[in-house]
Amino acid sequence: MQQIGLLLASLPDGILLGFVYGLAAMGLTLIWGVMNVINLSHGPIIALGMFGTFYLFTRLGLNPYAGLIPVAIVGLLLGILIYAVAVHRVINAPHLSSLLATFSVNMIIIGLGTAAFTTSPYNVDFAAGSFKLGSTTLLGTRLIAALVAMLFTGGLYLFLFRTRPGKYIRAVTNNRSAAELMGIPSTRILALSFGLGTMLAAVSGALIATFFPFSILAGGSYELKSFVIGVLGGLGNPVGALFGGLVLGLLEGIIPAFMESSWVPVIEFGLFVIILLVRPSGLFGAKQQ
Amino acid sequence: MKRSLSSILTLLVMLGVILSACAPSAPTQAPVAPALTEAPVEEPVEEQPAATEAPAMTEETITIGFTSSLTGAQEVSSKRQVTGFNLWMDQVNEAGGIKLSDGTVVKIAAQTYDDESAKERVQELYTRLITEDNADFLISPYSSGLAAAASIIAEQNGKIMITAGAAEDDAYKTGNTSLFQLYTPGSQYLLSTVDMLKRLDPEAKIAVVHENDKFSTSVVEGLKPYLESEGFEVVLEEGYASETTDFGPIINKIVESGATVLLGGGHYPDGSTFARQLYERKAGLKFVSLLVAPADSKFPELGDAAIGISTSSQWELAATHTQEEADALGKPWYGPTGEEFAAAYEAATGEKPTYHVAGGYMTGLVLQKAIEDADSVDPEKVKAALEAMDIFTFYGGIKFDTSPETHGLQIGHLMVVAQWQKDDAGELVRKVIWPADVANADPLYPVPAPE
Repeated sequence: MQQIGLLLASLPDGILLGFVYGLAAMGLTLIWGVMNVINLSHGPIIALGMFGTFYLFTRLGLNPYAGLIPVAIVGLLLGILIYAVAVHRVINAPHLSSLLATFSVNMIIIGLGTAAFTTSPYNVDFAAGSFKLGSTTLLGTRLIAALVAMLFTGGLYLFLFRTRPGKYIRAVTNNRSAAELMGIPSTRILALSFGLGTMLAAVSGALIATFFPFSILAGGSYELKSFVIGVLGGLGNPVGALFGGLVLGLLEGIIPAFMESSWVPVIEFGLFVIILLVRPSGLFGAKQQ
Repeated sequence: MKRSLSSILTLLVMLGVILSACAPSAPTQAPVAPALTEAPVEEPVEEQPAATEAPAMTEETITIGFTSSLTGAQEVSSKRQVTGFNLWMDQVNEAGGIKLSDGTVVKIAAQTYDDESAKERVQELYTRLITEDNADFLISPYSSGLAAAASIIAEQNGKIMITAGAAEDDAYKTGNTSLFQLYTPGSQYLLSTVDMLKRLDPEAKIAVVHENDKFSTSVVEGLKPYLESEGFEVVLEEGYASETTDFGPIINKIVESGATVLLGGGHYPDGSTFARQLYERKAGLKFVSLLVAPADSKFPELGDAAIGISTSSQWELAATHTQEEADALGKPWYGPTGEEFAAAYEAATGEKPTYHVAGGYMTGLVLQKAIEDADSVDPEKVKAALEAMDIFTFYGGIKFDTSPETHGLQIGHLMVVAQWQKDDAGELVRKVIWPADVANADPLYPVPAPE
């Protein structure tokens, strides 16, 4: 009985967190889906989003939610830069090359970040109120973060399916050579896609910073979750990523009710392996070759 | 078919690369190039020309080796420990060095590296300190986990290692001969807190929620039997991973269990996050005691979330030990007073010292005393002096267990309970609330609920 109570108490939190996980994962799966590149610098970019919010909040007094806009813009530009410098040349090379390229970017960002910020924990001391729901307390920051995540998901979906650049992105995803033959500037589209992916990562970092402490190394765990979500939800599909995020968020809320919370990663990654074996294209279908 | 198979294989290889690179115990993801970074903070003191007064004085420089966590999970507390040690080293060198009876003057040089809060780095670097840098004496890194890794290397090479920030008991039960612990052992950390709770609220329902690491586990191993013997009801016991940032599920569990008192935590990052989220989620506990984090001077950054949070402390300036105490116990007094130490530290850094700083300082002070007692820097003589030591300092009693089974365990030192309270000016101050004879404030019990 205690466990049911605990379950109900943990569910809302899990769901709200799941939306943010989904947003973080969207950044990774978009890039992965569009150009078959696994962005190993995904984690540090999430962390940079966290630091962006922190500095905007503490130095300029900017509300973290208003600060999402500059963080998103910088995330987009950073992604385009990373694409141009590190990824473009190895886009057609075997997977390992792009993996190493983004891994190097990862190490560079972490190195610079450690030198600039050290690794002691930072916090964005922003409170958005809370309200009681039964025996649990729901935090305003998490609620707003979930709403923002939903907004971004909707925005991304509309962008991909209702705008011309979005259509180009889907065309390039589907078949790059054919798209090029149709006159689509694939390099620019790839750069834009990469930028969109990093933008989503940065924004999710900005949201996470409002409720968890962080350092330049904090992005790593979200990057790992993004991989699991990518496989759960299918690549390149924003709704799939959101769904995958919700599944993960729910697991993180439910599992501690029945066993020690240290089982959570075991079950998360166990699920990851099972999905890979049973349905490698993800629960929401595959990107087409 | 072939294409998807190769995709899966690539995925798994990639995952293997990432998981090995992102393993929680090595936060800097560095299997690539373990380049040694010499810590910018310390610089080996150059041998200075001997003072002009006594041409008979010969100078000798001993090298003290250690690693500090300039990055990673232990950064905050490790830096405090190192700053404490550096203060001692600077004071000794400025005073001319440790003077021995044969006219030798011993100066101190430090050799240190960044261990990145990673056990693997600790092992590599301590090996380097011993074999390449020829350190004469070693000091442990901060944290029981890292110190345990370092003690293996120290013991293998027969080098004396004085440990600070390393409370876990088990490291001293491996049949060692060269370890000397300064901190009160982990198993005793929360015993005086339980004594205090017995006085304040014997009906309290206790939740024990701790980090899953060596130190916190050793604290809980000592705590649980004592709670039982004192008749307390433990309604929840759980461990959490060191990297945990989301304490929501755990806090829900605590609330659901009906607990009124929380004992636990771990180190600074998780402890401070735990305290913050307890406040945000209005957990409504009557009393919270967390390990390590509340003892750090960064803790007030939590603002109102810090009010009422208590910790077990190895030393507090407000309850610093005195020569009178030493005389009453019949022990020899050694070293500066707590106020002198704090003044010197504040002059050097602008901050008040915490017990991590004191621990670092004591590693040097204890070594100095041992060298003076041994009247030599010969490791065997210094070891004998350490084993015979039974002194009283501003930090408290220092006496090492010399039995072969538990060599080096600290048996002379007691802890106090401290709590963050608002003083009359509305500032957050850490007060000593137990034991009653050294307390400078009453315990805040129950902790006021957040508005």
